[in-house]
Amino acid sequence: MDFSLTDEQRLFQEAVRSFCDRELKPYAAQVDETGRLRMEAIAKMPDLGLVGLQVPEAYGGADFDSISAALAMIELGRACGSTGLSIEAHNELCCLPIVRWGTDEQKARFLPRLTSGEVLGSIALTEPDAGSDLMGTQTRATRDGDEWVINGSKAWITNASLAPVIVTLTRTDPGADTHGFSMILVETDRAGLTIAPPEKKMGTRASPAHVLTFNDVRVPRENLLGQEGRGLQQTLATLDSGRIAVGALCVGLAQAALETALHYAQERRAFGQRLADHQAIQFKLADAATQLEAARLLVLRAAWSKDRGENYTKLASMAKLFASEAVERIAFEALQIHGGYGYSREFPLERIYRDQRIMSIGEGTSEINRIVIARRLLDEHAPPV
Amino acid sequence: MHVVVVTKSTPDTEATVTVEAGGNVNWGDKLVVNPWDEYAITEAVLLKGAHGGQATILTLGGEEQQEALKHGLAIGVDQAIRIWDPALQNHDSLGYAAAVAAAIRKLGDVDLVIFGKELSDIASDQHIFQVARRLGWNMIGFVSKIESLDAGAGTIRAQRLTERGTETVTSKLPAVISVVKDINEPKYPTFIGIRKAAKAEMPVWGLGDLGLDASAVSPRTQVAGHRELPKREGTVEMIEGSPQEQAARLVEKLLEEKIL
Repeated sequence: MDFSLTDEQRLFQEAVRSFCDRELKPYAAQVDETGRLRMEAIAKMPDLGLVGLQVPEAYGGADFDSISAALAMIELGRACGSTGLSIEAHNELCCLPIVRWGTDEQKARFLPRLTSGEVLGSIALTEPDAGSDLMGTQTRATRDGDEWVINGSKAWITNASLAPVIVTLTRTDPGADTHGFSMILVETDRAGLTIAPPEKKMGTRASPAHVLTFNDVRVPRENLLGQEGRGLQQTLATLDSGRIAVGALCVGLAQAALETALHYAQERRAFGQRLADHQAIQFKLADAATQLEAARLLVLRAAWSKDRGENYTKLASMAKLFASEAVERIAFEALQIHGGYGYSREFPLERIYRDQRIMSIGEGTSEINRIVIARRLLDEHAPPV
Repeated sequence: MHVVVVTKSTPDTEATVTVEAGGNVNWGDKLVVNPWDEYAITEAVLLKGAHGGQATILTLGGEEQQEALKHGLAIGVDQAIRIWDPALQNHDSLGYAAAVAAAIRKLGDVDLVIFGKELSDIASDQHIFQVARRLGWNMIGFVSKIESLDAGAGTIRAQRLTERGTETVTSKLPAVISVVKDINEPKYPTFIGIRKAAKAEMPVWGLGDLGLDASAVSPRTQVAGHRELPKREGTVEMIEGSPQEQAARLVEKLLEEKIL
């Protein structure tokens, strides 16, 4: 067992940290306030590989291992929750399915643009009436000659307004149960696709999330991504990988919360001594640091397992579940340490507290992840028949 | 064209530097690339991009200096060389200049040497001028812009930042320059550079490789001791009264103290 990073991973981590400290962190409050991502920072990301973390170099990506990708997400989360979430969705939910299931033609058509830093990619899974319940997906794609015709609506679609293409989960055979779904690549300039203005959200406010409506949207037959009828399975596999990245974002947000609290506790004085000299505060800091370390190890363990080609579904769910619930507790206590100042928009904790809240909902709620973990666990320990 | 950038890892500018009772300086645990060198490294990479040729990064020091070299490679410098020899353990700026100048000579075909304007830890730049003197090359300090550079004709035209404004000077090449932060916006490492840096072999040149013996670098100066800056004492005085009275009294006070 070896917990040390390789030279390449460590240099990358340091480079991403320095990039985020200069390009994202100083603007995080502004980005949150205006509800707009700083696209000029995203335009600088291709050289570092941040908008093509696991895309092959031939298509403009950096082809990093999963540990490096997780390290990048931690740094992004530490600097700016909104940017982190949009970059996560772009990499994990749009680029990766195309890398994984795209034909050479699809990769050549979409990936160079997606890794250019000028746009961000998007996936459309959730619908107004179907979130965790993926089987409830109603958006229908039917074949008409050489085209797919798509009708329906989607909700909470991150990056849709910034994307050239949306990986869209559709029902292609309503009678075929779990094998009746397919992923289709829908370019955002297709007639009949409407992207509504961004939702007004509690946190990650600059990461735009939209309602989409598909009204007889026609795309060529060759826009099918992967196999017809395998859309649900492809979606679940996409979410497995995404959960490591969301877990990593949580670690970054939690680290930012803890760093802020550590700083404040050593500056602020109460009852004749520094806050940090009060045991009640020390216990909060100790608990936060311990939970943060546990979350970090679980996230990196899941990434390591993915890099080794193992089945990492359970570990990814554990990492996402634990990290997203840990960041809630850590942000809560960090805010508590700040007292009234923590509640003020003048301090970063108020934003971190709001930004972290989505993490136990998006890309698999805590409840869904507990179901995933329990099912795997029970399968692994099924009594002999 | 061959550009050489010379760098050094220095203590983190955010570190709290203390002097221990025995006189040893505690510089903190973390080293960073001398902040001024970020501009020098970027300029070397930009010049290489604009004029072709190669860029080399040099440092003098122990293994702790490797990180600064890797940083240079990650940004786009082609090769990295570390100068080290036990005889350099307590080097002064003259010994430093002798070794660095010898390394630049050994590289052979160098057109331009770039330094950051000073070292952030000792706030000194004399070593830069001494390197230029040792090489017998022109020295242009505090360059804020390279207006033109022609390796073929062997000329450089550069703007210097002075206390009175800017000054444009020309020189023949090879030359040594030091750069200030107006010269560029430091580049970030690229993933391609990071990969190269992670795998790079970085040769270490000892005094033997440089054709020097220990006497060439033996220190001419001795540091007699270090002490901490005196603690700054401040007092706070609250001014009472209405806002108008407070403002008037504040102005009076500032005038009394000759701040206004």
